[in-house]
Amino acid sequence: MKRTKSSRLLTGFMVLYLIYTLVPLIWLLISATKTQDDLLSTPGLWFGDSFALFSNIKQTLTYNDGIFLRWLGNTVLYVVVGAGGATLLATAAGYGLSKYKFVGRRAVFAVLLGAIAIPGTALAVPTFLMFSKLGLTNTVWAIIIPSLISPFGLYLMWVYANEAIPYELLEAARIDGAGEVRIFFTVALRLLAPGVVTVLLFAVVATWNNYFLPLIMLSKPNLYPLTVGLTQWNNQATGVGANPIYNLVITGSLLTIVPLVVAFLLLQRFWQSGLSAGSVK
Amino acid sequence: MKRLAMKSTHRRLVAAGAMIAAMSLVLVACGSSKDSGTGGDSKQQGSPAAVDEALKAGGTITYWSWTPSAQAQVTAFEKAYPNVKVNYVNAGTGNDHYTKLQNTIKAGSGAPDVAQVEYQALPQFALPGSLIDLRQYGFDQFQSAYTPSTWAAVHAGEGLFGLPQDSGPMALFYNKEVFDKYGLTVPKTWDEYVAAGKKLHQADPKKFITNDSGDAGFATSMIWQAGGKPFTTNGKSVTINLADDGSKKWTSEWNQLVQGGLVSSIPGWSDAWFKALGDGTIATLPTGAWMPGVMESSVKAGAGKWRVAPMPTYDGQPVTAENGGSTQAVLKQSQNPALAAAFVRWLNNGDGVKTFLASGGFPATTADLKAPEFVSKKSAYFGGQAINEVLTGAAGTVAPGWSYLPYQLYANSIFGDTVGKSYQSKSGLDDGLKAWQDALVAYGNQQGFTVNG
Repeated sequence: MKRTKSSRLLTGFMVLYLIYTLVPLIWLLISATKTQDDLLSTPGLWFGDSFALFSNIKQTLTYNDGIFLRWLGNTVLYVVVGAGGATLLATAAGYGLSKYKFVGRRAVFAVLLGAIAIPGTALAVPTFLMFSKLGLTNTVWAIIIPSLISPFGLYLMWVYANEAIPYELLEAARIDGAGEVRIFFTVALRLLAPGVVTVLLFAVVATWNNYFLPLIMLSKPNLYPLTVGLTQWNNQATGVGANPIYNLVITGSLLTIVPLVVAFLLLQRFWQSGLSAGSVK
Repeated sequence: MKRLAMKSTHRRLVAAGAMIAAMSLVLVACGSSKDSGTGGDSKQQGSPAAVDEALKAGGTITYWSWTPSAQAQVTAFEKAYPNVKVNYVNAGTGNDHYTKLQNTIKAGSGAPDVAQVEYQALPQFALPGSLIDLRQYGFDQFQSAYTPSTWAAVHAGEGLFGLPQDSGPMALFYNKEVFDKYGLTVPKTWDEYVAAGKKLHQADPKKFITNDSGDAGFATSMIWQAGGKPFTTNGKSVTINLADDGSKKWTSEWNQLVQGGLVSSIPGWSDAWFKALGDGTIATLPTGAWMPGVMESSVKAGAGKWRVAPMPTYDGQPVTAENGGSTQAVLKQSQNPALAAAFVRWLNNGDGVKTFLASGGFPATTADLKAPEFVSKKSAYFGGQAINEVLTGAAGTVAPGWSYLPYQLYANSIFGDTVGKSYQSKSGLDDGLKAWQDALVAYGNQQGFTVNG
């Protein structure tokens, strides 16, 4: 009896949360079907006089010589190399820290916890000054190199490796004559797969949504990721010579979230099993 | 097959690891190297002849700007001077642009040769020595070509750091349809303006005389119009007085509107704002003369409804202030400052002005402000009114003697946290201005200024 009551309450909360999460999405979806004029003259949560989704998409993709596609390509590059690299590094390092005993392990752990505590935003300007001395600002490396570091991912992989890989298995592999690198790639990586997917999703989302770092690092619109590019379009509506293109900003935002939604739907089951990993400990 | 693939993955992994290790070494090495410094003193000794020589010699410069006419201007310039290549970069609008500019200046490299700088931001870049004084190229000879207020705006201290691109003498834009419907007359004084605001809001609680949720640029312009001079800078010494006569004159009128709930809280430049300008929710806008271009392109629903009148004043005598407007400055980091200066000269004292005006900009050049075809041009959007008669008239009545803070961008960024709160609580703007002043005094002293306030 009590049980159903509390679960009803929980369901109620979930429904509220669902509405809270979905309303902005619905707004985005509906708004993407409106022309600039309709956006300003019709209510936000219902369709306007015209259905302009396809012309909006076409305009978004062609505005300013199709720079949106360029931004999309940049974002994909940053995500594939940055988030992919971050996942690889985090997996290898987490595995290493979990399975090998060596001097300084505790120190690494302390540094790691400290690194998780510092938000990336706080490091953006010092990183900019350092990269500027290296001549790396305004290059793709200015975005990719900082993206490769994921302390949280490392921590997660460490915990996951503790749970998922029994020492006995490694011993067995060693007795069979496998080298350490081979053990990592053939034995460990498979056992770690759900954790890897979780870290990958985290890294992909973080890189896909990365805003402040590219904003600081890049001044060439050709290198912008979607986040910075769309903000620039949005800011076009401000001040002397304002030229608002809200319809393109909105349609662009819709196009921007589609790949993320797809990634989540496809990797959902890994994500769920990864989330609960280490929760017992 | 699988084994092979695995092996190459190893190799790539090892290679990637080695690369990252090497990079982190480089990072450490370079992180500790000393600032090499930029901008030798030799670059400070230019001459008027050097500008023309640089144009002849040609070269490449980088130009940062977000103005709509920038691309067209660069194209026209490169056509006129084929041996000069201008890398045009839109690095962001407003604050994004300034943040990047400030970062590249701090880093000592990566800054453009020429950058768009609003008048309000000019002292912040000029006074610490990040910009080149254009007097060395004899640009002070162009004084007579510009309105006194914009000419003053491109100066910081003694130095001349740009040529004015545009101006924004303020006027009162009003929705005639709303005025006619509610029997309002165009206000000549701020008292009449407040009365009109009351009458309108009483007749229709959904309509407001204007919108203002706390905007630093607007507030400073209004204080300027009221004769206030809250910011004075003399070298490293700064005086801030946001309770001077002008400031008080403004707050005594504006408090009535804010505290009476007579102004809409729709933030400027939001989609809701563009909508409200078109559907009559916002009945007037006291703003810069560059506004018609924005309305024509982005408030299509307001076509035929809007008109322009001179700014209301405190005593009925015509006086106004500048709102917005910008210039192009040459950065000290520039490797070719003479060529950069030549580009600036072409932009704002040459054919560049034509391109700028064609895109709907409002000029700072007296010749263009006086040109009969410009003054008498009838605007269909404004119901056939010759709006430039009003706007050019405003350009001639800007109150003299205004200056911005040497850290105005910071000041603007904390306006919402201080004065903005008074807007929300309707507790009177004077308290908010006092809080703003206190914060600005504290910040200025931290930044190495001696601030009295």
